[in-house]
Amino acid sequence: MSKKATIGFSEEQAQLLEVATTFCRDKSPIEKVRSLIEDERGYDDAIWTEMAELGWLAIAVPEEFGGIGLGMAEVVPVVEQMGRAMMAGPFVSTTLAAQAMLVSGTDDQKQKYLPGLCAGTKAALALSEPHGDWDLGHVECTAERAGDTLKLSGRKTFVENADTADLLLVSVSLDGAPALVLLERSALPEGALRREVVIDETRRSYQVTLDGAEVSTEGLLDSALTAAALTHVDMCASLLLSAEMCGAAASCIDYTVDYLQTRKQFGKKIGSYQALKHPIVDAHVGYEQARSHLYCAAFNFTQQGEGEVATRIAKAQAGDALSFAADRAIQFHGGFGFTYDCDAQLYRRRSLWCENQHGDAAYQRAKLADLLL
Amino acid sequence: MSTISEKELSDFRNDAAAWFAENTNADPGFMLPLTFMEVGTDQQFNFLRDWQNKVYEAGYLGAAWPKEYGGGGLDQKFQTIATEEMARANGPIMLNAIGLNWAGPLILDMGTDEERKRYIKGILSAEDIWCQGFSEPENGSDLGNAQTKAVRDGDDWVLNGSKIWTTQGNYAKYMILLARTNPDAPNKYAGLSFFLSPMQVEGIETVPIRKLTGEYGFTQTFFTDARIPGDSLMGKEGEGWLVAMRTLEYERGVKGGQPGGYVMRASDPFEIVELARKATRGGKPALEDPVIKDQLIQLMIEARSLQLNSKRGHIQPLVQDKPASLALSSKLMATEFMRRLNEFAITLQGQRGAYYVGEPDAYDEGLWQRAYLNSFSATIGGGTSQIQRNIIGEHVLGLPKS
Repeated sequence: MSKKATIGFSEEQAQLLEVATTFCRDKSPIEKVRSLIEDERGYDDAIWTEMAELGWLAIAVPEEFGGIGLGMAEVVPVVEQMGRAMMAGPFVSTTLAAQAMLVSGTDDQKQKYLPGLCAGTKAALALSEPHGDWDLGHVECTAERAGDTLKLSGRKTFVENADTADLLLVSVSLDGAPALVLLERSALPEGALRREVVIDETRRSYQVTLDGAEVSTEGLLDSALTAAALTHVDMCASLLLSAEMCGAAASCIDYTVDYLQTRKQFGKKIGSYQALKHPIVDAHVGYEQARSHLYCAAFNFTQQGEGEVATRIAKAQAGDALSFAADRAIQFHGGFGFTYDCDAQLYRRRSLWCENQHGDAAYQRAKLADLLL
Repeated sequence: MSTISEKELSDFRNDAAAWFAENTNADPGFMLPLTFMEVGTDQQFNFLRDWQNKVYEAGYLGAAWPKEYGGGGLDQKFQTIATEEMARANGPIMLNAIGLNWAGPLILDMGTDEERKRYIKGILSAEDIWCQGFSEPENGSDLGNAQTKAVRDGDDWVLNGSKIWTTQGNYAKYMILLARTNPDAPNKYAGLSFFLSPMQVEGIETVPIRKLTGEYGFTQTFFTDARIPGDSLMGKEGEGWLVAMRTLEYERGVKGGQPGGYVMRASDPFEIVELARKATRGGKPALEDPVIKDQLIQLMIEARSLQLNSKRGHIQPLVQDKPASLALSSKLMATEFMRRLNEFAITLQGQRGAYYVGEPDAYDEGLWQRAYLNSFSATIGGGTSQIQRNIIGEHVLGLPKS
């Protein structure tokens, strides 16, 4: 770790931050978030189309493949604001699938799929398995060659929005090593999907049973680059989860502060009591730190070494910050905080999802220890 | 506005680097204070006063303050470079902290031309040491309740009362003083006035306070019919609270105008890595213990948080939600971090954590133990961490007053 950490903010990031703040606030008020919890799809397809039209799916894809030619740094403010408004849907998974394609797709695959992924084709990531290991290289699902066809087997877990995705990016073990395969959802056999019961009810997560699925070897990404692609996806996912958690922490703190400013007990507004005031300040200060690390990670993301360090720090800090803020949010709402109607539970449930995807804070610190000590 | 070329800046940096390499003496053969609040012996005081004077004469302190009052008249970028090179050379601290970071910016900001001419140069050269008279024995956090009295008598003011935690009070020529000029004012704040008071007058006595470390560095200051001239009043009578709050903003990092250099040396988590290599756990270096590693990484992350928050503070779109937030929380974060860092460094040492300065077998001459005890000066002084949380809660989050 260089002793001097750096941070910067581009004109494009500033513009996207401004547009995304307004868009997400307007399109995803809390009543909408709650109504989508009851909806099978879990997100609004009309809003998805609008996001595609705004070009948000194309941000980090080069112009030659139909993208805008910016980087992950510019995706960060968008996802941060989506997190702030508790939005759900396949935006992140589609962005990540495009990133995997950019690293290890063949030229033909890039030409064939990237323009679609920029324009609104939905992709899901099937990289996790029942063993629950955060190491994406730990792959037990298999693919066997049969001529020009691959026969897949095994079970994938935590596949977000698998039911409405057009494409699935699946990791399998092929010839004894991890490989990535792009699969049309229509190629999955009947009954392959089972909706998982997950703690964050705004999300739609599926198990995908691959047994019986067949795909042409044309769907195979360059196997020499699988490890690089998985590492890149892991880092991009960690960065965007950090953004989502920072955004959620900001609105969670606002939500709690609002209650502390209005609720009265013993004749005084409860926010005047230091037993509540001081911990909410600690939550706020924790969020501010996490946000600084987030934009440091965004700024340094493409730097060899420093990019990984900054991203892992961002993931650890954002996880701790949101977790603390949301935990205290429940407590500080008192009896109301124990009810389903109080939004505090939405934040806490979301934090427990986000923290436990792609490595929690302790896992990130252990990785950082390997890198820095 | 003339633009500064990259070449000018890099030439300046090269010169500064060479000067600090040549002139820095970080190890004079006795323990140097890590902060301006720890100057406990004449030996330390004289060394640091000479050092500050030398840095100023070389043009590396106050480089961006106005030339007519004794500054260098350069762009702030030059001072930033000079401070970076000072740190790179491991240079000792600047001594005259209250003058440099409190009185100086205040006088430049709100003072008369006459006051600027009289005080600024002596602040930079360390010829005139300044101290602060805000806290009182009975009014620590509640500054607005200050009871030290200033009564007009002819052209003069007559002071009675007592101030406490006067850093370098025994060496000071001037004090920035908050005193009550009107006990019958409609509210406690309106009765206060602000003075740039001389210290070497009859009726002002300083008594050293022995700190928890056993060392000195602060005094209690007693005023007994002490007569100071009428022009010591800063601003208008009855506006003392306003001026004092402005001063605290310099202290808490909200306002700029600092002359550069540094008055505290922060311990660095990387130094603790070295300590963790030396200390042992179960026959192996403590650095191999996974729990120790986790804590060390957490501290490194927090050290970076401080750097990054201060940088993010300059990026307008990233602070617009709560503009005062980062500046108002920096004191709380930095001081609490230092306290925990030093505490961790002690626990790392195993049994030898119980040694103290003076014990030949103590790790790093007991530096961490001493630094930990001293770190409370920053979590208590200048508004305790608990008061800081009230300030952030009320002024950033908009919570009702406690």
